Amino acid sequence: MHHKYWIMELNRIVNILDAKVLAGKDHLSREVAHAFSSDLMSDVLTIPGKDVILLTGLSNIHSLRAAEMADINQVAIVRNKPVSQEMIDLAEQNNIVLLSVDSSLFRASGMLFSEGIKPLF
Amino acid sequence: MTLNYSISGGDFASAGNASSAVKSILKQLNIDNGTIKRVVISLYEAEVNVAAHADNGTITVDIDNVSVKMVICDSGPGIPDIELAMKEGFSTASAEVREMGFGAGMGLPNIKRNCDLLNIKSIPGEGTELNIEILLNQAKPTER
Ligand SMILES: Nc1ncnc2c1ncn2[C@@H]1O[C@H](COP(=O)(O)OP(=O)(O)OP(=O)(O)O)[C@@H](O)[C@H]1O
Ligand SMILES: [Mg+2]
Repeated sequence: MHHKYWIMELNRIVNILDAKVLAGKDHLSREVAHAFSSDLMSDVLTIPGKDVILLTGLSNIHSLRAAEMADINQVAIVRNKPVSQEMIDLAEQNNIVLLSVDSSLFRASGMLFSEGIKPLF
Repeated sequence: MTLNYSISGGDFASAGNASSAVKSILKQLNIDNGTIKRVVISLYEAEVNVAAHADNGTITVDIDNVSVKMVICDSGPGIPDIELAMKEGFSTASAEVREMGFGAGMGLPNIKRNCDLLNIKSIPGEGTELNIEILLNQAKPTER
């Protein structure tokens, strides 16, 4: 199958995922080329971070700590999992755009893929 | 420059505080992002390991013109078989640690991949000491 990939602004990703923006509202013009989906932070710590959005079902402080260390500047928490104020504060401190999405990890990944976000691997 | 931090075992919420502080200091020192990432990934993995597997720990970070040297020292159960612990996939992490998104047995191999020198000393029943060195201005081929 021929598949064309696009680099897109976070604004567009927010629209595609119908996401709530919990932190980093000022950075939505940032461009994203790749996505990576995982609940395993051990795994997240092994990926190249640049231009990547992380989709994850893990909603705790370490979803953001791992992103911070791996230079991942945007994180989407799927399935409407509760997000703590501490997570929001940590995201703001590190200029991370933090999104909350209703869809499951699979659906959210599929939506970004079909709109042309490139898988990291 | 020498920096000191402490970590308490089981305190998962605080694991990462030292790595975060070191990250902002390295940024202020204008060290390149690739090197910073290798340092803080290594330190964060080590911090999480102390929180997950040991009782209490101390971190010393030494920065000079040549390299960043980190010593992570803990009191705890120690690692009986270091060669086995270094194997990707080997983990004794608790269910609680796995729930936090860790415990895949990837941390020590990831430290090894990111650093230039790794030395692990451990006495079972007493504790573990990790020595990690990362050279400045030396992009590793594994970096993208
Ligand atoms: N500081 C430590 N004290 C005692 N045991 C440790 C320590 N660090 C690592 N280990 C042992 O070595 C194993 C492998 O460590 P490693 O960091 O590679 O994986 P993990 O911590 O289990 O999972 P992950 O790092 O993927 O979250 C651990 O499961 C544990 O048995
Ligand atoms: Mg580990």
